[in-house]
Parts: sequence; structure tokens; C-alpha cells
Amino acid sequence: MARLDATSKKTTQKIEKLAEAVLKTVKGGKNPFVEIPIRSLANVKFNEKRRLIELGTQRQKRYFFNVSMAKKFMQTFLVSDACKELIDAGKTTSIRDLYYITKHTIGDTKQNTFEEQDESDPVIEDLEVALDALREELHLFASRKGSMVGPVTIRDTGDTIDLRRMGSGGWAVPSIVEENVIQFVRHEAKYVLLIEKDAVWTRFNEDKYWQRQKCIILQGGGQPPRGVRRLVQRLHSELKLPVYVLVDNDPWGFYIYSVMKQGSINLAYESMRMAVPSARFIGLSSFDKLTYKLPSNVAIKMDDGDVARAKQMLAYPWFQAKQWQEEIQEMVKSGQKFELEALSRRGISFITEEYLPRKLKDRDWLE
Amino acid sequence: MAARKAAAKAKGPGKAKAAPAKAGTRQLELVVVEPTAKKGGRAAPPRPPPRRPAPVAEVPPPVEEAPAPDRSPKRRATAEQMAAKQREISISEFFTKNRHLLGFDNPSKALLTTIKEAVDNSLDACEEAGILPELTIEVRDLALDEKGEGDPTKGEGRFVVVIEDNGPGIVKAQVPKIFGKLLYGSKFHRLKQSRGQQGIGISAAAMYGQLTTGQPIRVTSKVGKGKPAHHFEIQIDTRKNNPVVTKDETLAGWHQEHGTRVELEIVANWQAGQRFVNRYVEHTALSNPHCTLHYVRPRAEKLTFPRAAEELPKEAVEIKPHPHGVELGALMLMAQDSKSHDVKGFLQTAFSRVSSGVADEIVKRAGFKGRVRPRDLGEERELAERLHKAIGETRIMNPPTGCLSPIGDELMKRGLVSFLEVIESEGPEENGDSQLDLDSASKKKPSRKGKEAKAAAPEVPDAPPEEGVEKIKGHNYFIATVTRPPKVYRGNPFQVEVGLAYGGSWPADKPIELFRFANRVPLLFQRGACGMTEAVVKTDWRNYLLSQPKGSLPVGPMALIVHIASVWVPFTSEAKEAVAHYPEITKEIQLAAQECGRKLAAHIRKKKHADYQAQRRSIFELYIEEVAEAIHKITGRAKDPIKRDFLKVATKVTEAELEERDGALAEASKKTARRPRRNDEDE
Repeated sequence: MARLDATSKKTTQKIEKLAEAVLKTVKGGKNPFVEIPIRSLANVKFNEKRRLIELGTQRQKRYFFNVSMAKKFMQTFLVSDACKELIDAGKTTSIRDLYYITKHTIGDTKQNTFEEQDESDPVIEDLEVALDALREELHLFASRKGSMVGPVTIRDTGDTIDLRRMGSGGWAVPSIVEENVIQFVRHEAKYVLLIEKDAVWTRFNEDKYWQRQKCIILQGGGQPPRGVRRLVQRLHSELKLPVYVLVDNDPWGFYIYSVMKQGSINLAYESMRMAVPSARFIGLSSFDKLTYKLPSNVAIKMDDGDVARAKQMLAYPWFQAKQWQEEIQEMVKSGQKFELEALSRRGISFITEEYLPRKLKDRDWLE
Repeated sequence: MAARKAAAKAKGPGKAKAAPAKAGTRQLELVVVEPTAKKGGRAAPPRPPPRRPAPVAEVPPPVEEAPAPDRSPKRRATAEQMAAKQREISISEFFTKNRHLLGFDNPSKALLTTIKEAVDNSLDACEEAGILPELTIEVRDLALDEKGEGDPTKGEGRFVVVIEDNGPGIVKAQVPKIFGKLLYGSKFHRLKQSRGQQGIGISAAAMYGQLTTGQPIRVTSKVGKGKPAHHFEIQIDTRKNNPVVTKDETLAGWHQEHGTRVELEIVANWQAGQRFVNRYVEHTALSNPHCTLHYVRPRAEKLTFPRAAEELPKEAVEIKPHPHGVELGALMLMAQDSKSHDVKGFLQTAFSRVSSGVADEIVKRAGFKGRVRPRDLGEERELAERLHKAIGETRIMNPPTGCLSPIGDELMKRGLVSFLEVIESEGPEENGDSQLDLDSASKKKPSRKGKEAKAAAPEVPDAPPEEGVEKIKGHNYFIATVTRPPKVYRGNPFQVEVGLAYGGSWPADKPIELFRFANRVPLLFQRGACGMTEAVVKTDWRNYLLSQPKGSLPVGPMALIVHIASVWVPFTSEAKEAVAHYPEITKEIQLAAQECGRKLAAHIRKKKHADYQAQRRSIFELYIEEVAEAIHKITGRAKDPIKRDFLKVATKVTEAELEERDGALAEASKKTARRPRRNDEDE
């Protein structure tokens, strides 16, 4: 795969431009810098119109001749260099791999270029935003988790896969799911169901819920990784499928939904590629405990952290709708949270046979 | 004096004998008298109690019965028999039994004390005569042969201590008395800054030698060119406190033009005591930068501390006592000896700072009736007490302070430098231990200073040379010294000096080394009991960027020198090991320490700044390598020109930032320097 496609060529050019700019500054006798959009809450906006979290315009200059920034500056260039080599060689690697590639001891000191992967990961994200290149375009992928089954046939790097015949484990969603890697061949799904937990997803798969309901089910092992989110987004935008999100009834579950819906703060620059603003929150709702008669002994008491987190969410611009306020307030008021598994109290397949069908029928969801 | 004391003692028992017989009645009388005295004031009591029974009812059991069994044993001796045993005690006999009072507690300490007494005398004599001293201190192990071969003495053994100076020498007639009679000397009766004070030291050493080895002290002295040198061997008749000359010869030639050589054979413990001697010698060199010291030890190279200054210290002047420092008894004695005709004249002649006006004021305040002669004061306590009170109430100018001879800022600095130079070459064992207590000394192993230093001592940067930084044997030391103006405690003028050496090879994680000096004499023992230590501990060194555990010495790579010069240093004991806790003295030491501390803080701050710069530069250089490599690979351009461009900017940027930081640093310095000054203003 030594041949460079257009995207790769563009990415290498971006890296070269970055290096040339620094050279020019240094030649002019000035302190060289890399300009990086700030990836923090302060520089993130909720775009009401597009219903997406977007990166603001604030930028930070990372100078080389500044004791507190010098190391990061140096690291940025080590990562740039490594990425360019990856692209040139047409290879893709994990961010952990990249950490090892770029890690070495500096001069004859005891200092390393990177001490921990925790140091290199943010530098990669910085580079993504600085270059306005996606991680995939830098030929990097994150750790993969998440699985998917459903009445859909895809082509993955040339292999055609029928996702109806994936057994009990399902198809493992790769980290890079861009059009050049994954193509949708045909499908007869009516919607996409993103489930928070692997265990609950297994129940849905075993009960062949997707067959009965003609839907695609995915799980992301908690907070879905980029691959899963990007794939959901593609299923939604390319196949025009509605997206339902099934998560625990706790602040963390709400957050997973919120990230799927309008993107995260950290990856705000990729929201338009990752988020599905029309994603629907199908459950578990704070009011389900009444509707579905869940005994209070399956509830978990919320701790202080949960309460604080919930109260924080009340203030999020994208949770300002009346139903959302009621939903969160009910949780805070009751001081209780419920896991999806709590529904099994009503029967092992209650969730797939009664709960979800009824919810969909009643259009009992939040947007 | 002694005779009088003995007489009093002789009388004492006689009285005591009589006392018990009377005791009962005396007590009875007391009890009886009191109630009657009280009752006398009131109306006559209706009850006329029989006088005797009443007190008996109250007190008698102890009086009548308790003593009874005590008396019952037979009398063992009569007053006359006891009187036969009572006799005068000679001062030398007293010290034979109480040698610890003079610092001869044990063989290792005795070694040091012997050396110390001889050196003190030599230095005092040289300075008084105006001669730049050159001393040889020699310790010889008698177990070794002439060439220094053989098995050295382990533990206690016989040693010869030799102290030789180039002083004025001693006239023939005085030699026996000086070395063979305790409490004979020139320094006791005057008020003048000197090392020796009582006139006990060297003769006590001689006595110690005689007691432990039976050998007499050997003295050779020559008073000048063309004069013969005399050699003596002197023993002390300890009963009579008198010298006995066992050998007296005139030497045909002697290698010195003038000077004195003292040889003592003593039982000592070189193994345990050498560390104290080493330290004493080092410190003496430090506090006497005008002196050249040769130090000859068993099985070691001869060590020489060359003099760092070619001029003698300012001569210490003898002064008269200040009225505010005199005690009642002393006042009476002085009055008795006075040759003046009236009190005014006595005050003016016997004391310093008493002008005619001041004397008039004191006399007026005392309110004497009629003519009072000084002699009357000596005899009548009441009169003396009135005068003493009047003196206390009168404002009198502080005593003259010109009499003091401090080491001085510059000389202390030079002393420190040459001290450090020798120490550095001496290697680790010589200066490793920080605590000097004889008890702990035997247990403690000398710490390996060199190793520790490598581990922890911050490097004082090489360049640019900074004021106060001295490079000694490859180590940079920051040296600061402060000499305070003279002050007065209880009528005695004194002056405090503090010096410090920071950095170099001192360990950074240990408490600082505190060197104490009184009138240029190093104080090696009883550190914890000393007022100087207290003052240093009470100073808040955290203001000066050293860490300091509560109630202890600060921690850091530093040696602190505290010197007090005074006409009368208030020692806590005869062994002259610790200075008493006078608030005036403590305060002066603290002020001096603070002043030194401020200089130190400025230095440390500067050093930190420089360290930071150096660190910065190296960081950039390292990173430039990496960045240039990466950019070279990305762009395909040659690496070296890229590096050159980066380095060019590095210099430029660093300089600009340096200036900026210097400004901020100066500001910070001002802030901390202001803080302690508030204390000064409190004065």
C-alpha cells in the first residue's frame, strides 16, 4: 500500500507545512511555535442550530523557548515525524504503538521523550486539531472495543461480511470505519440501537431481537469509542436510519447519550463526524421505575458524585428541554439510579420482549 | 583568703557544737515572743496562759522527743579531736581532687585542655608583646620510637605535648611560679579582653601531668637576642601550691630568637581525643588569622595553617570596671582598697565613665550624712548598699568599647578561606563530625563528608564570579561576615561577630556546623548549654532560605561562626565551655546572624536563578537536537543548519528572559530583606 491516496498526500503536506513554518520563524530569529486550538470546556460551544458541540476559535501558541512548553513542542514534532513516516509507508498503527515508536532517551540524560502513554495521547489530539486532520488520516487508531450485528451487509477492507451471521460475539467494530475502509453493501434495517453495555447487548443478540425488529444493534462497552460513534453516525447519515440509545438510568448513562447526540468536549472538533443530533434516548428513564413497576430494592443509591454530576447536567445547554429537566430532576429527587439489568427482575427477557417494544410503540423516548 | 576561710571553718564546728544545746530554748523563745508581741498590741488577753505550756503544746514533740533518739548515740568525737583534723586546703590539692572543674575529666579531654591552655597563653603573650605569633603544636606518642615507627598506643597511654611559640619569652625568675603555682598570673586582676582569665590553666596542666606520669613540666624560654635561653623542669608541691624546680640550666644556643617552649608528659587518649584536638587546632587557626600554626601529630603529615593576615589584631586595652556592672561585695572591697579621700574621688578613680558631675549625682542620690570616707563604705554594709543603689539609679554612659579586639569582617573572611583550604586538603575524617560531645563522641563514627557532599551539596556555580564567593580546592563557598558594634551587658563591653561559609563540600542534608568562639578561643563542648547556640536556634533561618526544624539548628551546607569578644566573657563554668544566656548577648548574636542571613539569602536566590538558567539552557540544547532531527526528517532539509538557527534564537531568547527575571528577583530580594529589619527597629 505504498501508493499514496489523495487524503494521505494532503495530510503529509499539512505536516510539512507545519515544519516549514517553524523553520521560517527560527530563521527570522523568532521563538517558534505551533498554534493549537484549545480543547477545553472554555473553548467549546453548543451550536443550537446544528445541535452539536463545536470547538471555539481560541488558539494557544505552543512556543519552543519556554520552559513549560518546550517539551510538548518537541513531542509534537516527534509525533508529526512518526505520523508522516506511517503515512509514507502506508501503515496504520495504534496510539500505544506510536508511543513506543516515539519514546527514546534524550541525549545522555535520564530523560525520555515520553514517560507515559498519557503524555503522547494528548499530543496526538493536539496534532489532529493543529493540522485539522483526523486521527484516521494520521494513520492512527485508538484501542478498539464494541460489537455490532444486524440485517446489514458490509465490506470491510475488501471482505464482504453479512452481519446477520456473526454468531454470539458479533462483528468487532474497528477503530477506523471511514468510507475507504468500510462500505455498506445492502441492508433491511429500520433503525440503529446503541446499547451501553456488552452484557445487555448479548441478551439482545441471543434473543435475536435484531431479527424480529429489523434493526442493527451495537455496543461500545460503556462510553463508545470513536469507531463505534463514527459508524453509528454513518449508519444514520448514509442509510438514513434513526438512532436509539439504551443506557443505564444514571448520570453516566445520560452522558453517554449526550456524547452520542452532540459530541464530546475533548473531541469537539470531530462532532460533525461523530454526533447524531437526532439520536433518541429510549431508556432507562427515571420514570420507567413507575411505568414498569421496578421495585425499589433494585435501585442503587446515588452517591454525592452522582448528584453533583446530575446537577451539572441540568445546566448543559443541550439538556434545557423541559422533558430533560424533568428527567434529570426526577433522578436527583429520588436519589436512585437503575442499571439496565434491573429490568431482568421482571423476567430474563423482559427487556427485549416487553420493555423495548412497548417503549418504541408508545414513542416513549426523549430527544 | 584561704587562711581566713580555714579559720572560719575551724570556728564553725565549735559553734555548731554549742548550738544543739541551745536549740530547744531558742525555738521556744521564738514561739513565745511572737504571740506576746501580737497580743501586746491588743487589749490584755483575759486568759493568762502559762507561758511555757502553751508553746509546748504546739511545738514540743519535734523539739523534746524527736531529737532525743538522735542524741542517744555516743558522741564519736569531741570538738577538740575534730579540730585536730581541720587544716588548710591548698588550691592545688583542691584541684587535684576536682580536676574535672578545669577540663581534665578524662584522658582524651585532658589532652585537649593541656594543649588549649598552653596555646591560649602563647597567643595572649604574643599579642600583648606585639609579635605575630607562630606556634608549633606537637603531640608525640611515647609508644612510637624516634622515627615514629612502632605500634601506636591504643586508648590511654603516655603522650608528650609540646607547644612552642615565638613570643616574648618569660623572665627567668617568673618561670617557676607561672608553671608551678596555681592561680598565679597577670590576667585575673585586670579588665581586658584576653584568652586566659584566671591563671590556673597551664599550672593545672602541669599538675595533671605530674599526677598521671610523675614527670615535671619542662619549659624552655628565651627573652631576646643575646639573652641566654633557660631550661627548667618544674614540679608542683601540691600541698603548698608552690613550684619546686628540679632542673635549671642555661642553654648555650636555642633555635629561636625569643619564645617559649613547654613540654608536658601526660596520660592521654589520642585515639579518642584526636578529633577534638584537630578541631581545636583548625578553629584556632580560623579565629586567629594573624597566627601561623604548625601541627605535628603521631603518624600523620605535619599540617601548617599559614597566617592569612600580616597585621596583629587591634590591641585590647585594659579598662576600669563600669559602675553598673559592680556588685555590692565587690564595691565594698574596692572601697576598702581605695586611696581616695572621699567617695566622689573613689568613684572617679575606680570606675570608668564616672565624670565629676556623675559622681556628684551619685553621691547626692546616696544622701550620705556627714563626711563619708571610702574606707567607711568598706566597713559599713548599709552605707555601701546606699551607694550601690544610687549607682544603679544614675544614668551613666556605657563603658568604653575601644578596649575590645574583634577579629573583624575582613580578617574573619580570610581566616575562613585559609581554614577551608587546609580542611579541604585534609580529607574527610578531619572535619566530618558535627557534634562534639565527649559522651557521644566515642560512639560516633566520623561521617564521610566527601561522599555526602557529592550526594547532596548544591554546586555554587563557577561563573560569573560573584562577590563573596571563594573558590577553594575546586569547591565554591559563599562567605559572609558581620561584626556588630560593641554593646554592654552588666557593665561589661562585648562585641559579637558572625561569619558563615555556605556551599562547597558541606553536606546539604545535615544541620549546619556551628563554631563558637569566645575571645578567639574555640568552644568545643557543651554546645547545647551555650547561649550562642540558643541565639542561633532562635533566629528564624527560614527567612534566609534554609530549612530549620523547630527548636534546632538550621539544615544546610553551611558553617556558622559566632565569636564573642569581651573583657569578661560570662562562661557557665571554669572549664570555659559555654557562654551564659544573657539576653543582651543573645540579642546581639541574633542581629548579627540575621544580617549574615540576609546576605546569604541574596546569594542563594542568585544561585537558584543561575541554576535555573543552566538547567534551562541544557533543556533547550537537548530538545533542539530532537526537534531538529524531526524537522529534518519531515522536510528533508539538512539537520545542522536547522540546529544552528535554533541555537541562535536560544541565546537571544534566553538573554532577554534573563533580564526580565533578574528584575523580578531583585524585587523579591527587597521584600524578604525588609522583613527581618523590622526587628532591628524594635530596639
